[in-house]
Amino acid sequence: MGELKMTKDNIILGIETSCDETAVAIVKNGTNILSNVVASQIESHKRFGGVVPEIASRHHVEQMTVVLEEAFNQAEVDWEEIDAIAVTEGPGLVGALLVGVNAAKALAFAKRKPLVGVQHIAGHIYANRFQQEFEFPLLALIVSGGHTELILMKEHGSFELIGETLDDAAGEAYDKVARMLDLPYPGGPEIDRLAEQGEETIDFPRAWLGEESYDFSFSGLKSAVINKIHNAGQRGEVLKKEDIAASFQASVVEVLTAKTLRAAKEYNVKQVIVAGGVAANKGLRNELQKQFNEAQIPLLIPPLALCTDNAAMIAAAGTIAYQQGKRAGLDLNANPSLELI
Amino acid sequence: MNVLIIDTSNHVLGVAIMKNEQLIGQIVTNLSKNHSARLMPAIDKLMAEVDMQVEDLDQISVAKGPGSYTGVRIGLTTAKTLAWALQVPVVGVSSLEALAYQGQFFDGLICPFFDARRGLVYSGIYQWSGDELIAVEKDENLLFDEMLNRLQSTGKRVLFLSPDIAKFKEQIDVALGELAVIPAGPYHISNPSHLGLASLNHKPEDIHGVTPNYLRLAEAESNWLKQQKEKENNG
Ligand SMILES: [Zn+2]
Repeated sequence: MGELKMTKDNIILGIETSCDETAVAIVKNGTNILSNVVASQIESHKRFGGVVPEIASRHHVEQMTVVLEEAFNQAEVDWEEIDAIAVTEGPGLVGALLVGVNAAKALAFAKRKPLVGVQHIAGHIYANRFQQEFEFPLLALIVSGGHTELILMKEHGSFELIGETLDDAAGEAYDKVARMLDLPYPGGPEIDRLAEQGEETIDFPRAWLGEESYDFSFSGLKSAVINKIHNAGQRGEVLKKEDIAASFQASVVEVLTAKTLRAAKEYNVKQVIVAGGVAANKGLRNELQKQFNEAQIPLLIPPLALCTDNAAMIAAAGTIAYQQGKRAGLDLNANPSLELI
Repeated sequence: MNVLIIDTSNHVLGVAIMKNEQLIGQIVTNLSKNHSARLMPAIDKLMAEVDMQVEDLDQISVAKGPGSYTGVRIGLTTAKTLAWALQVPVVGVSSLEALAYQGQFFDGLICPFFDARRGLVYSGIYQWSGDELIAVEKDENLLFDEMLNRLQSTGKRVLFLSPDIAKFKEQIDVALGELAVIPAGPYHISNPSHLGLASLNHKPEDIHGVTPNYLRLAEAESNWLKQQKEKENNG
């Protein structure tokens, strides 16, 4: 794709509604956040123990224009300065995505602005560009409730999948184990917190899937945790929740870290990026930092607020797509299973 | 005054443009397919066809349900966001009320309804009085049997209007016999210009505040409420 044209500033409006956050952001040149507004619905879904798609979609409709207005107020930019509108077209919950996509199309039409569709995971990767400029080739580890993937980028806007989960996503495994331990929703941060207090007393399996493989699998680990709790219960043995959490997390973190490190070396990358909600996990962050420090490979993990879903990352990824001339039409639709590559 | 009218709340995708209470143009399809992909192109096409610029719009009117949850949200999100971007008022109209306009010259009760599955319908009872449409019974989510009982007890003639009429025709005939009036196919299809007319009798709503008229809680929510009630009763 070569050098990107950058004759003037590009200001992009981003919209993200793929799950339970209604988010709008305004970003300059893909690197500067002018505003980043997120209306979280987490309180609303807590009582159901997880995100209810229909309720998420209902909230998005109620929040959309409120969040838009707030993003403009905070950024202090006029519509004239906006170059394009970027929106998450997938993957995600279809009913939730539809609200963002249709809002974006209405704006593009009303304000005569180019429209750009963004793949959600590309957004997570580009959240790191607010921290530091990308250097290629780079490797991205995506870990969230819906994803566990290793992606190689040789240039802006190009993504090569080198490994992915064969069953559960890492975040999914966290949620399921959290539910077994009766932890409040969302369970991931709870396990992380308990793990810090516990010790790795149980030797849970590590799914390596062969020496060459960069794929992941967490369903076996999840079953092992279930069995352990179940068997202990039958024997009247009491397991400390902290220790289960620590042992479970140790397995997840070891596999994620080792595979990422091996891939980073094999592909001789200049940077490693960690993205997605599970990137907020302290256990994972610490281990990655330690290992990559030793290996002397620069590691980028976005600050907490940019790890979870937000629209600044969508605007950032949308900036590249815009600069590369990619455009969506007014017939843009939500695509709940949109692939990155 | 130029009004853009949007209805994606049920099978029909309808957009219309009215200028000072006069219909300028409309696009209607009754295909029940992909409202999300097709709505904005339809608006774009109609605006071009009637040679109007988006900046010329003075109001957006929209069907806010009841109907398909997703369909209602597509129309309402588009309408709200357009209104917000253009800084013009948005007016939400009940999808049932708009459908009742098909019976403006009927002397009797009007029962517009949409299938809500498992024997349920979204429905209301309306009646024309001169050129004013009166809601005799407000829109509800109820068993169609229950609605038929209510209508039967009035002893009045009833005009039934529904895109789902075929599914319920037999039930209507059995319950109301001669009192039931069921017109031919196209009368059961919502017409966006009627929605536009209806919207002239409603005040604009706060753009942020306009919400769909689902008439029903999300399933997870009603289950949750049920559980809470049971807990209370048992506790
Ligand atoms: Zn995400």
